[in-house]
Amino acid sequence: MDLILVNLIDGLVTGLLLFMLSAGLTLIFSMMGVLNFAHASFYMLGAYFAYQISLYLGFWMGLLIAPVIVGIAGAGVERYGLRRVHQYGHVPELIFTFGLALLIEEIVQFIWGKNQMPYSPPEILQFTLFSIAGNAIPAYKIFMICMSMGIFISLLFVLTRTRVGMVIQAALSYPKTVEALGHNVPLVFMGVFGVGTALAGVAGVIAGPVLGTFPGMAFLLGSIVFVTIVIGGLGSLWGALVASLLIGWITTFAASYNVAMADILMAVGFEQPIDLSESAWRDLWSLTLPQIGPILPYLLMVLILVFRPYGLFGKRDV
Amino acid sequence: MTQALHKSTHAPQGGITLASAMPWIISTVVLLVIPFVFTSNSAITIMNQMAITIIFALAYNMLLGQGGMLSFGHAVYMGVGGFMCVHVMNYVEDYSLPLPLPLLPVFGGLFGLGLATIVGSFSTRKAGTVFAMISLGVGELIAACSVIIVVFFGGEEGVSGDRTYGLPFFGVEFLHQIEVYYLIVFWLILSALLMYLFSRTPVGRMANAVRDNPERAEFLGYSARWVRFFSFCASGFFCGVAGGLFAINYEILTEENLNLVQSGSILLITFLGGVGFFFGPIIGAIVFTLLSTVLSLQTELWQLYVGALFLATVMYFPGGLAGVIMMHWPAFRLGNARMLVLPYIKTFIPCLIGILGTAALIEMIFHLRHGAVGDEEMTLFWTTFNVHAVLPWLIAIAITGAAFWLTRRNIPEVVDAWHRANSLPGAAT
Amino acid sequence: MSAAAALQLEGLRKSFGKTEIIRGVDLSIAKGERHAVIGPNGAGKSTLFNLITGRFPPTGGKVRLHGQDLAGLAPFQINRMGLSRSFQITNIFPKMSVFENVRCSLLWAKGYRYSFWNMVSKSRDLTQAADAILEQINLTERRELPAGVLSYAEQRALEIGITMAGGADVIMLDEPTAGMSHSETDYIVDLIRQVTENKTLIMVEHDMGVVFGLADRISVLVYGEIVATGRPEEVRANPKVQEAYLGAALEAEH
Repeated sequence: MDLILVNLIDGLVTGLLLFMLSAGLTLIFSMMGVLNFAHASFYMLGAYFAYQISLYLGFWMGLLIAPVIVGIAGAGVERYGLRRVHQYGHVPELIFTFGLALLIEEIVQFIWGKNQMPYSPPEILQFTLFSIAGNAIPAYKIFMICMSMGIFISLLFVLTRTRVGMVIQAALSYPKTVEALGHNVPLVFMGVFGVGTALAGVAGVIAGPVLGTFPGMAFLLGSIVFVTIVIGGLGSLWGALVASLLIGWITTFAASYNVAMADILMAVGFEQPIDLSESAWRDLWSLTLPQIGPILPYLLMVLILVFRPYGLFGKRDV
Repeated sequence: MTQALHKSTHAPQGGITLASAMPWIISTVVLLVIPFVFTSNSAITIMNQMAITIIFALAYNMLLGQGGMLSFGHAVYMGVGGFMCVHVMNYVEDYSLPLPLPLLPVFGGLFGLGLATIVGSFSTRKAGTVFAMISLGVGELIAACSVIIVVFFGGEEGVSGDRTYGLPFFGVEFLHQIEVYYLIVFWLILSALLMYLFSRTPVGRMANAVRDNPERAEFLGYSARWVRFFSFCASGFFCGVAGGLFAINYEILTEENLNLVQSGSILLITFLGGVGFFFGPIIGAIVFTLLSTVLSLQTELWQLYVGALFLATVMYFPGGLAGVIMMHWPAFRLGNARMLVLPYIKTFIPCLIGILGTAALIEMIFHLRHGAVGDEEMTLFWTTFNVHAVLPWLIAIAITGAAFWLTRRNIPEVVDAWHRANSLPGAAT
Repeated sequence: MSAAAALQLEGLRKSFGKTEIIRGVDLSIAKGERHAVIGPNGAGKSTLFNLITGRFPPTGGKVRLHGQDLAGLAPFQINRMGLSRSFQITNIFPKMSVFENVRCSLLWAKGYRYSFWNMVSKSRDLTQAADAILEQINLTERRELPAGVLSYAEQRALEIGITMAGGADVIMLDEPTAGMSHSETDYIVDLIRQVTENKTLIMVEHDMGVVFGLADRISVLVYGEIVATGRPEEVRANPKVQEAYLGAALEAEH
């Protein structure tokens, strides 16, 4: 029971972190029809920038400044790159963002090298807030949860309660009409892209100290983020939230419960082969839940796409 | 051949003509002769790799260029075909089966086809983003499975075999690289020809139509989904063939043959070469293999350059190298290509110098930042200098700046020459 | 009438959200008839077309083609049963050559299906048929050009060529002359008359000259309902139609 609670918290941290990325990605996708492959790269940039800033000004300034720089970089990418490629169609756009992801990884390696950066949580948060049955819950984890929640709530507020949010929501469905009404849609697009990437930047700043700040962090998280928004339904913010939490919890629980396939098979009534190393089914027998944990999101995605092609909450199949 | 000639006068659209067969004949001859020109072992190794990449890139372009489907997980079809072939190879060895090695790629192809049939049955429902996402998910899934399903994928060390234990093929045992080269070339020509012919069949033509306008194709009686499905299967088959050849050439396959890096580079290769023309991926594969082998010997940063080149291609030359070449076709036909030579030389040489200068600056920064402590010397373009001194920096910046300034100044001339070369003689505009 | 009808609509309805666009359309079009659907903007003419051809599923009612119910069929299946349509916004394959556009539209009808063992260029029959259509739509000189670079009128002609190439016996044209000059319109009208010889034609059109020149019968669609159907002179005389729509248009005609 206690373990469940610990896992719930860990899963929530992962899930909310995923959500910060998938929320920006979803916003960008539903507005521009572009799936930003480089989204996780902006997350990585966030971590690296924050690390660099924290060397001079400390963690909190990093948290404040890094996302802004990432957002500006994102807006620049939209303005000078994506807008140009847009005329060729969606597939070249996707290829462009893919190339951008590659290039950002190379640039990060160029500047910071291949090793992990010694980026760590601020000292003020390096203590155990409380512990559940011997499992210490560091304050930083709770801080991450609070940050993500705060961002989610303010995003929701901006989108549903403010004028800008109204324009964005309208531009999502009827870009032409909104443009005809005198709103500068390209500017809105650029802004949304900037905000979306800045959100990814925030995620990078707060996740970097925990998950590690290294050049592979973008691709490691990137494909999971795509899986998340596909499961949630492309273009659905609620879908992104539900799917993020779902994946957060699934992977956390799968990693901590050592359920062996052999036990299941024997429970069903199969008999374990005597000489396991020779059997063609030895992989099946030696399978454990933590082993398949990392691939569960992909499995889930494929299943969802087969049986519900527009995702859990998607309305249209794009 | 006389018959073909005869036919060409009557049916400009019809069957095989000498003109349409010529590129095939020339490339076959070149492929057969080239090992006598580049005889070193390393050259043949590179050429083997190139030929395999060409097949893979052509197969990939059946989807991307001809069917408009962007796959982020296509390494899987080549990889799985390759793994299968290694297993068949070992099976042949263990049970002394009478299977000659040159037939092995067929198994790779069939396995690639089988996998593509399964995945395609649900992934080809939509093109565009959804297809791309499914391909990514399936690709990652299978790549991740490779560590779990050790029986088939061999875990982290992969599976390996020995090609020489098979039945000798007319006395050839494939002990030498050069024998493998001719085996690969045989499959290269065969698969390229088949893929080309596929694009000329009704379903191949409709793949183009579905790419351009799936809705219209549906109102012409074709199900866009089925058309995509057939392209996908065909592509899977040829990826599998490429995988089989990979297995024969390297005798080992690992997780690296399946992962996103591999899938990404085939996209990069194909796009760099140009998706709009059949020969585009061939150019892409040749250029990329050369870049990755030659450039990687010169600099640690080659992937950075390739990434930048790729992004520049997407932004400025969406037709890739093949597109750039074919852009000059009208001027060439008008007999005006000569008008472009001088302006090109005057612009592109400074431009090249500027790019090299930028690269030099990048290398210097990299050396300054990541070089070992005390290692202040570096060698660039056959000159050795101290990175911590000011002078080399000034020189590099001056040359780069001047070169780009010269490029910029000469661009109007190129634009002008371009317009003149592409207008009919005596035309009013 | 019902058994012989080429196309029959029974109580066809379509709503988008709460808005009902098509409110119960009953219509029967006989074999070989040239039928025009007219009506003011927003009357639902294009929606009606999309319902018939399977682009949208109807909310209620039935569409029968040669007596067969089309419910639940995809556009390509409906096309294979002999119904072909053009689009209001030109809908061709812009990157492929004009010739290829036409050839693609012939493939299914000529029985090639999903063949990957025939070479399209080897089939003399296919090439000749495509060339004949190019001749008919007067685009032989444009044969090798990418369809996207043709002039608007030429693209419209190609659109009609593609639509009728498959040999469908029920042809639906959505505003074939929209946005054309007078001479271009005359050319297209001649073309339509020519290619729909012995076929059933259903078209949506705004140009009253075209409608009265081509159609055997006319239906007037107003706010998703057919207010009148009949021969051109009957429709012209119908006071309801004059009130709803034709009055202004006819005055403009004369």
